[in-house]
Amino acid sequence: MDAGAKLGHSRANVLGSTSTLGTALPFLVLLLVGIGFPLFGGGYWGVIATRACVYWVLVSGLNLVVGFAGQIAIGWVALLTLGAYTTSVLAAGNVTPAFPPYLALAIAATVGAVFGLIIGLPALRLRTFYFAITTLGFATIVTQVALAWQSVTGGGVGVPGPIFPEPFFSQWGFYYFCFGLAAICTWMTANLANSRFGRALTAIRDAEVAAEASGISKPALLVSVFLFSGATAAVAGGLFAALQSYITPDAFTLDLSVLFFIAILIGGRGSILGPLLGTVLLTVLPELAAPLVAWSTFLYAVLLLVIVLAIPGGIAEILDFKNRRPLASGRAIIPRPDLIKQLFNPARSANTLKVEHLAMSFGGVKAIDDLDLEIRPGQVHGLIGPNGSGKTTILNVISGYYAQQHGAVRLNGAALPALARHQRARLKIARTFQTPRIVGSASVLQNVMIGGTIDGEGTFVESLLSLPRHRRDEAMLRATAMLALATVGLDGLAMVRADRLQHSELRFTEIARALMLRPAFLLLDEPAAGLTAEEIERLGALLLAIAQAGTGVLVVEHHPDLIFDICHHVTVLNLGRLLAAGTPAEIRSHREVVNAYLGG
Amino acid sequence: MVESIVSTGVAIGCIYALIGITYNVMFSASRVFSFTAGTLGMLGGVLGSLFIAQMGVPLVAGFLLVLAAGALFGIITEIVAVRPVLKSLDQHLYVLSTLALALMAQQFTAIEWGTESRPFPRLFDIARGGFDQQFWMPMLACAAVIIGLELLYRYTLVGRAFLAIAEDTYAARALGLPERSLRMASFALAGVIGALAGFAGGEMLLAFFGNAPILTFYGFVPVALGGMGNNRGAVVAGVLLGLFQQAANFLVGGIFASVAVFTVFIIVLLVRPEGLAGASLQRRV
Repeated sequence: MDAGAKLGHSRANVLGSTSTLGTALPFLVLLLVGIGFPLFGGGYWGVIATRACVYWVLVSGLNLVVGFAGQIAIGWVALLTLGAYTTSVLAAGNVTPAFPPYLALAIAATVGAVFGLIIGLPALRLRTFYFAITTLGFATIVTQVALAWQSVTGGGVGVPGPIFPEPFFSQWGFYYFCFGLAAICTWMTANLANSRFGRALTAIRDAEVAAEASGISKPALLVSVFLFSGATAAVAGGLFAALQSYITPDAFTLDLSVLFFIAILIGGRGSILGPLLGTVLLTVLPELAAPLVAWSTFLYAVLLLVIVLAIPGGIAEILDFKNRRPLASGRAIIPRPDLIKQLFNPARSANTLKVEHLAMSFGGVKAIDDLDLEIRPGQVHGLIGPNGSGKTTILNVISGYYAQQHGAVRLNGAALPALARHQRARLKIARTFQTPRIVGSASVLQNVMIGGTIDGEGTFVESLLSLPRHRRDEAMLRATAMLALATVGLDGLAMVRADRLQHSELRFTEIARALMLRPAFLLLDEPAAGLTAEEIERLGALLLAIAQAGTGVLVVEHHPDLIFDICHHVTVLNLGRLLAAGTPAEIRSHREVVNAYLGG
Repeated sequence: MVESIVSTGVAIGCIYALIGITYNVMFSASRVFSFTAGTLGMLGGVLGSLFIAQMGVPLVAGFLLVLAAGALFGIITEIVAVRPVLKSLDQHLYVLSTLALALMAQQFTAIEWGTESRPFPRLFDIARGGFDQQFWMPMLACAAVIIGLELLYRYTLVGRAFLAIAEDTYAARALGLPERSLRMASFALAGVIGALAGFAGGEMLLAFFGNAPILTFYGFVPVALGGMGNNRGAVVAGVLLGLFQQAANFLVGGIFASVAVFTVFIIVLLVRPEGLAGASLQRRV
């Protein structure tokens, strides 16, 4: 009881109003400046401000693709062009009956969403550079089509942009319309960034295997993001056309794409405020001095190079004062195994995981040869053997990263489908990795919350709009993650950027993330590597407590002390074959094991 | 008409193939795909026009100057955009750094040279015929590069060192090969090949700053389809691409030709992301 009360207290601190206000403050200031802008600026600066808003409507959506999901989409001007022409042509009525401008804008958003998906789809299969090139190809082609399809787009002559009626007709009226949409986009993407979807996107970007092991489906998530990003880009296109009042294909140069893309990188990946400031900066920069106009894209490119080489974190990193405070040195990880029961409430039904006649080879090398293994609930199973004996390979087959050639992995008798790695999380099979897979730029708490992604109930759209189910998911995930962090002894570091942690702390962070699934089976790949003797002892106690709460634990390890201290059952491998199996006492006295592995 | 499709298609295809080889030569030495491949092609055309037509440099000297400029740009690429990010943990940074450099070169050209395309000088004073120099020059350049590379890789020590680096950088370094110098040499060589592509194709493509992104895209298609680092595959895929594009050009019109090329490219990549030749298996966990 005492523990629970204390924990509640620390959680209250973390969620304290100061941090929420701190993050919201810059946005509030920008909101006030934006609303009050017509009071100080006039004429030409009004056009610049409107343009910045229009660009941000596009960049906010693209930010989810580039900044969060880490996809290098450099040709997003294609969607701006598409949105501009769709809105203008529908509103002008030269092909169809004339649509009211708002309806035209809404249709453009739908068309944009579809094309965003089409442009984005290659990202599901292609590697970085390939995807960058395909978006570049799209950008060149859309402009060419706009030039050639004269009957619709007017070719090189162009078409008039849509005209929005009063109250949005006057310069400031239109400014407020664009500003309002920009504010809504900011709000929606900020909601999404702080949802399980936003965190899952950063996991796909920085730690894809960990994302898969947490049950995150990259295709489903990217499809939603591309739809949203395509829609905002097309809306921006419609506004852009209205702002220009007349559009020709010349208006949609690759320079614009470059501006959008670089604004995000200058702002910093995984941030909303950074890219917002980046967009404003890049829009305003050329206006400060006349010679800069011609050189603007050149300057953007120079900025990009400087950012990549010198400040990869961008503006967001410069503004991240909180994470520049030094952390306490000599901190110790003190797990609280007693909290496991609370974390694993309600209790889960018992399962068995069996590996039967497993065989797998890479080319001519037999990594695993006819191996049987059974992991029972409530027990710690140790898997030891020399390097290259096939330990990690078994773990990878069980968690779906490798497909075995023979044999099966059975959960309660049913064979697990090979290679379906993101389904393992739903079956409550969790794992950690030999080298911790962590999103370095996210906080420790956010990293742990990634582990609970599949437990959320709200949809992508609910998160965009911050509807009740989204808020309930967030509260639930946050509370569970704090509990998991307290269990492994890292609750004091919850708000720290994960890349500032020590190696041993990252290992415990991974365990906390795996515990988010309340796993029926927990697979650990060398969890004690790089830990001090004290930490190994605490790790052992923690793993035992996890097993006692009903989880089947499989530990691949090289530290004989840990294995013999905590395991109920030990399997020894050599060259992919079973060398010995039994209780720790039996293994310790097994002649062949002692000769081949333990040394004696 | 068929004759015109074939000569134009093969000639354009050879330019694409040369840009593809430019990608490959840089990739082999560094595992980096550089956005500057198309920029080199663009520079070959613009500088050729600048030196020969504008400044009146004699043909051979002008040609050598263009190649030297290409080599210089290749070396700059290696120093500024590749070397600093090679050691970085985030392996995708090179996409951004080479993109930045390519954009800088392209914008600089747009400002200093102008955004209009300008004619490329006729190099040999012979009458225009059916099989004109604008067609056979790219083909000749492509053949020369393929044979030259083949001889280089097979019969010279430097060429073998290139192959060793491409095969296994760590092993090559452990054997004491000067990895950094070889990488710089590769980028210089790639610069020469890229500039040659732009120079040989100058009459067809004109001296135009906007050729950079176009060549960056169409030059990458042979690499993607022919398999990374596979020069012969790049030539085959490049020529096929040129022929397909020209045929579509005549049959359905220029715009839909580029749409057709793009669609085919995407579909092939989606079906076989590793290219039509070759497979790759990566260890991820």
